[in-house]
Amino acid sequence: MSGNPTLERIARGNALALCAAGSWTARFAPVLERMVADAEKLSGSRPDIFIDVSQVSKLDTFGAWLIERLRRSLTQGGVETEIAGLSDNYSSLVDEVRRVKAEPVVDSDKVTITGMLEQIGRSVAGIGGTLVGLIEMLGAVLAAAGHVLIRPRGFRLTSTIHHLEQVCWRAVPIVVLITFLIGCIISQQGIFHFRKFGADIFVVDMLGVLVLREIGVLLVAIMVAGRSGSAYTAELGSMKMREEIDALRTMGFDPIEVLILPRMLALVLALPILAFLGAMAALYGGGLVAWLYGGVEPEAFLLRLRDAISIDHFVVGIIKAPVMAAVIGIVACVEGLAVQGSAESLGQHTTSSVVKGIFFVIVMDGVFAIFFASIGM
Amino acid sequence: MVDEISDAIIRVRDITVQFGKTRVLDGLNLDVKRGEILGFVGPSGAGKSVLTRTIIGLVPKLAGSIEVFGIDLDAASAAERRGVERRWGILFQQGALFSSLTVRQNIQFPVREYLRVSQRLLDEIMMAKLGMVGLRPEVADRYPSELSGGMIKRVALARALALDPELVFLDEPTSGLDPIGAGDFDELVRTLQRTLGLTVFMVTHDLDSLYTACDRIAVLGNGKIIAAGSVADMQASQHPWLRQYFHGKRARAVMG
Repeated sequence: MSGNPTLERIARGNALALCAAGSWTARFAPVLERMVADAEKLSGSRPDIFIDVSQVSKLDTFGAWLIERLRRSLTQGGVETEIAGLSDNYSSLVDEVRRVKAEPVVDSDKVTITGMLEQIGRSVAGIGGTLVGLIEMLGAVLAAAGHVLIRPRGFRLTSTIHHLEQVCWRAVPIVVLITFLIGCIISQQGIFHFRKFGADIFVVDMLGVLVLREIGVLLVAIMVAGRSGSAYTAELGSMKMREEIDALRTMGFDPIEVLILPRMLALVLALPILAFLGAMAALYGGGLVAWLYGGVEPEAFLLRLRDAISIDHFVVGIIKAPVMAAVIGIVACVEGLAVQGSAESLGQHTTSSVVKGIFFVIVMDGVFAIFFASIGM
Repeated sequence: MVDEISDAIIRVRDITVQFGKTRVLDGLNLDVKRGEILGFVGPSGAGKSVLTRTIIGLVPKLAGSIEVFGIDLDAASAAERRGVERRWGILFQQGALFSSLTVRQNIQFPVREYLRVSQRLLDEIMMAKLGMVGLRPEVADRYPSELSGGMIKRVALARALALDPELVFLDEPTSGLDPIGAGDFDELVRTLQRTLGLTVFMVTHDLDSLYTACDRIAVLGNGKIIAAGSVADMQASQHPWLRQYFHGKRARAVMG
């Protein structure tokens, strides 16, 4: 049945016979390709060349095509080349590959300087488009919210509660754990460095202000962008891929109202709750470390904390939370709806949802910092 | 029910597959002859796709043995198994094309992974396969999301045939195609079987496919093969489901 393929050259007077034998199949394709390339060099060397395939024990598309390729290149050398000894089983296969037009492959993706510059230009110009897209989505969500206010029966309570469970309740353990650890680290670092000046107790001031104003909400927002923003993008993206969103639209539902509004609402409610829990966990962790590592008694810690922070610090922190949630949600939904038909595109948009989400959260934090500083809070 | 066939390319013995408490396949036996097109029918939910997926190793079985190309798949070493996998091609119901690769890359993927050949040969073989399944060369650089349902099936078939397998599994190849497209597809399977000497295992619901493309028909019911034989055998059968299937309104329309 099998046997290594060969291509022998047998001279018969003026004529040259190329005798193919053995199994000309995909398994031997690399060997076959080399043999055929060698034989192609014979082109034009003799007035009469033919290919004898009577000894071929097994033939498939690979073998048939390589024989056909050999025939073509020999013919191009000015000698009409025939294939002889073709058995009936294989003649239809050879006929089939004879119809193949081998076109030179166009090399499409060439890296050039201009191409790279064009790419950079396009990405910069794309930033404007991204911002417009985000504003459009914000508008669409607000319009859907207005619509729901006028007609409250269109509000999807079950869906909202479901998403609230996903993004809030199920996120509590990880958020509390991470902020607890961050609180511990801030406190330890503070004590370690403040001790040099004998100012151990000021660690409480630093911890309180830092956690309530900045770290608590910022850290939680970043975690939520990574955890829930990516989930939103992947969910909406795969729904888009399978035409589920188109199906909704054709049934007369607004995808913004059905899919996006409940998700946005859940996120906007969840982030302040998570930020509060996170801040408490961080204070708890910080206090614990201050006690065990720095020797600050819990009573002294609480007393100092009461003096160090005011309600303003807490308000500044918590006011930022729903705004950051809205930014994360809008970025995630825009990216989800931008997914095209391929798995690769889903991956790209999920990545960019998280990256953009975190970027905008930090930018918003900066804007808030300037704002609160100028109103003196 | 099983006729012992000496030259069986697939030999399935006493296969039992269970999901939770539902027994889907219950001591099923089946032989597929080398070089034939076997049509595999049965009511929806009878476990046709489950059997296909069990044979190709995607669904674990509770009991029984499966031999493909004379190799017992349970006893086979990893290398033997890879050898078998290289010799079969599978057309999934939804095509299962890799969505982030173009048609060209989809068809070349198995060839590139298994054989060390030049890019030129890869492109030529891809063009040959594309021609065989009746697609124009322009399709090569499109992505699966830019193809119609029928084109996806054809590209998936071209990918299944990329390594010139001896055995092809087709899971409902004509579902979702228009009658003309489905007829063309049957014709295509027939032609390829003749030119490449394929053995075809085809799960189908399409009566036309059964009449025009298949050499033999096997019928699945209650987790077993309830009948196997030619179209004439099926029509002569007294089994109630078979009578309904082959003498129902649709069947009469097909038979004229």
